[in-house]
Amino acid sequence: MKDKIITTLKILFSFWKTSIAIDMEYRLNFFVEIVSVIGNLSGSIFVLSLLFGPNTTLGGWSWNDSLIILGLYTILDGFTTSILQPNLSRIVRHVQNGTLDFVLLKPFKSQLWLSLRVISPWGIPAVISGFILIAYSLAVNSRMIQSEMILLGSLMLLSSLIILYSLWFLLSTLSIWFVKVWNTTEVLRSTLVAGRYPVSAYPNFLRIIFTFVLPIAFLTTVPAEAILGGVSNVYFIGSLVFSIFLFTSSILFWRFALRYYTSASS
Amino acid sequence: MKFFRALKALLDSQYALMLEYRVEIALWAVSGLLPLIMLGIWVEVDSSNFVELSNEQITRYFLSAFVVRQFTAVWVMVSFEEDTLEGRIAPFLLQPIIPFWRYFTSHVAEQITRIPIVLLMLIVFFIFLPDTFWIPSLLHILLSLLSIILAFWVRFLIHWCFSMLCFWNERASSIERLLLIPYIFLSGLVAPLNVFPNSVKSIAMFTPYPYLLAFPAQLLSGEKVNIINGFAMLIIWGIIFLCISLFAWNKGLKHYSAMGA
Repeated sequence: MKDKIITTLKILFSFWKTSIAIDMEYRLNFFVEIVSVIGNLSGSIFVLSLLFGPNTTLGGWSWNDSLIILGLYTILDGFTTSILQPNLSRIVRHVQNGTLDFVLLKPFKSQLWLSLRVISPWGIPAVISGFILIAYSLAVNSRMIQSEMILLGSLMLLSSLIILYSLWFLLSTLSIWFVKVWNTTEVLRSTLVAGRYPVSAYPNFLRIIFTFVLPIAFLTTVPAEAILGGVSNVYFIGSLVFSIFLFTSSILFWRFALRYYTSASS
Repeated sequence: MKFFRALKALLDSQYALMLEYRVEIALWAVSGLLPLIMLGIWVEVDSSNFVELSNEQITRYFLSAFVVRQFTAVWVMVSFEEDTLEGRIAPFLLQPIIPFWRYFTSHVAEQITRIPIVLLMLIVFFIFLPDTFWIPSLLHILLSLLSIILAFWVRFLIHWCFSMLCFWNERASSIERLLLIPYIFLSGLVAPLNVFPNSVKSIAMFTPYPYLLAFPAQLLSGEKVNIINGFAMLIIWGIIFLCISLFAWNKGLKHYSAMGA
């Protein structure tokens, strides 16, 4: 068991080395990515300031606290750019060209291969600036940072990363049946933009959707509450349950989908 | 005359192609929901003390913005990059009509396919929120239609200009991400222009962006707007980018050597 894990890690590590080497050929992208992160962040902060206007709260959140939500959103965005987008958008192509056969034949868990085959360094600027924004907001608030908050916050962040990954993987799995689902992940990406603002700022109807149907609440609002030390037990447990549930579903659904995979041209 | 026959043939074939991908186009249409999400948040915000717009006006504005966004969608950079990388552009160049029209008609065909999908989405919206239903006056509809067509033309030309970078660089379409940023934040997609601070608003008004989305949306929602100024800016930006794109196309074509050469 231990050997197996070490071998897997070694394989993944060499995958990542090659994929980073490929990306390094397009260094201009790094510049594009930094400009895009700066542009997106300042744009989001600008819109947030418009939403606040002269008011001091937005859906019960103060200005500094909503910056934490924005920071978490930026981190998740970087995670998407670095891992989800480059890997999961390829599943469609694998199915289209029939190269999924080669993946399935390898003595390596297919879901792991498809999810972590490449890693792109271009999400790093977003992740770093997300953390900076959170740290800035905490510092300005001069909140006492307790180890408990950091622990809870990282746990909730981890849980939101798992939820995000599972949603992406579940949708990408659909490509086994419908070859062109590249769009579904686009739909997901454009709806998740809603996570830039606290869920409580939305009307009731949308709030329910964002909690139970598309768990945007668990992606940014709940981790932010955890960092601020104000997360309720219901949401805390809800987030963990949601992430475990979605992750298990992604595994089971992938196995189920493979039964319907008939390879290209057959 | 011959040109128009070719154009019609292209449009017909692209339309047939797009009809094949109805489900896909429906998904693309759904991915343009951002104005409706922003509508939710703006209506919920207690904005009575700083926004001159009533909730009804805000609703109309964002619904109109949603419609305008649907019919001004442009993705030419992605398809152009794919075609240059895979060498498909070479046979297109041999055809007696420049490839520009191929991409242009494919966009127009996609938008025609979108009409019933967008109508359906609007109907669903009005079933859930019947109070928000309104019918713009005929004049506003016609003016807005004209401005949407112009806005699409300008936005297409902007993206076409930057697509020409594909002749020099393999991954030029990553520039598209950058093009999208001012479009999202300055065009009035996420906030009505009226709530912008004056300084930002006056800067935005010098860029083409507010005329690509906010201006047609304001016309459609029946807001008071400077019609002459809006159309003039659309035409001026259209001419500017037309000149740039003609220049870039000639330059790029001279530089281009098909894949493998």
